[in-house]
Amino acid sequence: MNFEFNDEQIFVRDVARSFLAANCPPEVVRRVLEGNEHYAADLWQQIVAQGWAATAIPEKYGGLGMSYLELVLVAEELGRVCAPVPFASSVYLATEAILLAGSEAQKEHWLPKFAEGEVIGTLAYAEKAGRTTAASLETKVENGKITGRKTTVVDAEIAQLIVVAAKSDKGDGASLYLVSLDQDGVSYESVKTIDPSMNHANIIFNGASAELLGADGEGWGLLEKILDRAAVLYAWEQLGGSETCLAMAKDHAMERYAFGRPIGSFQAIKHKLARMYVKNTLARSNAYYGAWALNTNAPELPLAAATARVGSSQAYYYSSKESIQTHGGMGFTWEVDCQFYYRRAKVLAVTIGSERVWSDKLITASDLVG
Amino acid sequence: MNFEDTQKEAAFRAEARAWLEANVPKESEMAGLDEVGRAKFWQKRKSDGGWACLTWPKQFGGRGASTIEQVIFNQEEAKFETPYMGSYFSIGQGMAAPTIMTYGSAEMQAKYLPKLASGEEIWCQLFSEPSAGSDLAALRTRAEKDGDDWIINGQKVWTTVAQYASYAILVTRTDPNVPKHKGMTYFCVDMKSPGIEVRPIKQMSGGSSFNEVYLTDVRIPDNMRLGDVGQGWRVALTTLMNERASIGGGSAGANFKSVKELAERLTIDDKPAIEDSTVRAKLASWYVEEAGLKYTEMRTLTALSRGDEPGPESSIGKLVAGVKGQDMASFAIDLLEQQGIQWDPEQDELEDAVFVSNFMSLPGLRIAGGTDEIMLNIIAERVLGLPPEPRVDKTIPFSDVPTGV
Ligand SMILES: Cc1cc2nc3c(=O)[nH]c(=O)nc-3n(C[C@H](O)[C@H](O)[C@H](O)COP(=O)(O)OP(=O)(O)OC[C@H]3O[C@@H](n4cnc5c(N)ncnc54)[C@H](O)[C@@H]3O)c2cc1C
Repeated sequence: MNFEFNDEQIFVRDVARSFLAANCPPEVVRRVLEGNEHYAADLWQQIVAQGWAATAIPEKYGGLGMSYLELVLVAEELGRVCAPVPFASSVYLATEAILLAGSEAQKEHWLPKFAEGEVIGTLAYAEKAGRTTAASLETKVENGKITGRKTTVVDAEIAQLIVVAAKSDKGDGASLYLVSLDQDGVSYESVKTIDPSMNHANIIFNGASAELLGADGEGWGLLEKILDRAAVLYAWEQLGGSETCLAMAKDHAMERYAFGRPIGSFQAIKHKLARMYVKNTLARSNAYYGAWALNTNAPELPLAAATARVGSSQAYYYSSKESIQTHGGMGFTWEVDCQFYYRRAKVLAVTIGSERVWSDKLITASDLVG
Repeated sequence: MNFEDTQKEAAFRAEARAWLEANVPKESEMAGLDEVGRAKFWQKRKSDGGWACLTWPKQFGGRGASTIEQVIFNQEEAKFETPYMGSYFSIGQGMAAPTIMTYGSAEMQAKYLPKLASGEEIWCQLFSEPSAGSDLAALRTRAEKDGDDWIINGQKVWTTVAQYASYAILVTRTDPNVPKHKGMTYFCVDMKSPGIEVRPIKQMSGGSSFNEVYLTDVRIPDNMRLGDVGQGWRVALTTLMNERASIGGGSAGANFKSVKELAERLTIDDKPAIEDSTVRAKLASWYVEEAGLKYTEMRTLTALSRGDEPGPESSIGKLVAGVKGQDMASFAIDLLEQQGIQWDPEQDELEDAVFVSNFMSLPGLRIAGGTDEIMLNIIAERVLGLPPEPRVDKTIPFSDVPTGV
């Protein structure tokens, strides 16, 4: 057994970490949070130039042809700094969807553009408050034209291409489509969320051209597969954020004095931080397993993905809220960075379905694997 | 044991209800008033009708009523749509007033209490400092005697409603060369005094309900002192005991009722979410907590109505309600899925906005008025009598206490 990343993979991580430390300090997150930009376009350009969007895209489609083991480590680093860029939407969702379900022609057309960062993609299935299912889909495609409304789509106003789940009369009741967003028949309703350092909007399709992605009537099954793959990558990004919360809480606990001693000397604080560590460690180990399953396309992937996703969602919620608590009054201010992580933790936790949804999938998947 | 009103209580309830029916302000009467204006409007009307601060003596603007009568009035008032009161009066009426009643001179009581009851004057609490929060007794704001006056220099922080306040309760250090709890002195201060500067602090939920307050050579006459020189800690404890009781465990916003209604509206796998057994189990355990708080409060009120003091067990309310509310808000967002994160703080009246707005504001409740950890310490040490932590700061002169800088 060798359940560890190799030296080259660690090197990729270290490069990513020092790059982001230099290019995505908290001021960049704050700039997007407080300003009118949808994302940090300058940082995105630099990230793309580093080749990160190309990491797991095969060389024949213009990618770097590295494995998912490199990509998860990049995801962790992006999470660590709350990077305000559409990496998850474009790489974990749109790129993965095309890799998994695209025809050869679609792959040849789109993947090099994703690898280069020439096109930013995203994905949408949710249409209402609560869990959207194949049976509840209202978006539909007729004669290659799509109509319907998708809610709270992440990076909607940044992306040029979107993977959309729509109703089908066949198979599992849904099909996936590729829709270019730069066309008539696409409009947006801007949406404010608890995390203004990310972009969200409702998208209304009114007769825009849509191209089938994967087989008609297999869309929901494909979507579940795409989300399983994305879940592992999201889990790593969430884990990175959760680690920063622990680091910030620890720094503060060592510096801040009360009753003549560092607050980190009180067991209430020690145990809180130790609990963050325990949650992060379990989440990390589950994320390792998820990374292995993703990288080897193992039959266990649905279970491994759900396990990693639930573990990281729980760890990040706990660490982000208790980091605020450890900081006392200043933790509750706009000025201190604890808030970035509390907001981002919640947004990442619902973007591809909440902890509740993934817990449900986990139990179902646990039947499939011995 | 019963929940029925006695004949006298029933009569009081009917009287309260009749008054409320006739007097709860209509929208048209408050047109053009902002939030604080509406709060003052309602408080003034209650006071004019003899329904403000019911348990206070009549000469101070109260009604001389019993604790139970106050509870009955609150219950009836809660059935009406009344202006949002925020923290505009809770600090003055709930914390400053009891301290003034205990330690203030007759002149002070006559001067300040009626205007607290009528809502004419808002008070704030100048206690916490940058390096003194949980450890309030580490405060450094200096008060030095100058003839019949005191000269105050220092900085306070997290001061809720300071921007609206006419007066404040203030704790200062008068002697840094004695152990920390022995060198403090307590004052009331006019917020319009020269040398007081209020600067808003933006909180992570967006608004600015708290402030930094800088005090530079602020002059306070000695007759504004509460308690003896050096006795400030004891006076402050009176305030804090009332604070813990008054912040309480109100279960507004994300609570059993609102999350259950949400689960009835949403679907999971195309069936009502409320039929999902995991949702039911979560809601049930939150119901148990909410009911536990409610009935604990009733037991406390019964004890109070017999003349008992509020004890350290009143720390339970805020402790349970803060964490519960945060987790319920988080769960409600999860139930709403992707759409749950939508939030425009300027449109907080929208359906479901209560969950996101609670999610963003409740981290503050877990810190304000004594953090969760401090509440647990109080329960462990003062209720259960467990041995206190060894203290390195209690017996040495304040100026020798380690501060890490
Ligand atoms: C919304 C809000 C409104 C407020 N309004 C007012 C106001 O109007 N007036 C006013 O004077 N103050 C006000 N405060 C201040 C509040 O009382 C303090 O923030 C609080 O007491 C915590 O102090 P601190 O911020 O200095 O944190 P710290 O005391 O530095 O605490 C940091 C962390 O250390 C922990 N800790 C500290 N000591 C111990 C210990 N002995 N054992 C275990 N853990 C410990 C705390 O629990 C916390 O997690 C307000 C605060 C908030 C958030």
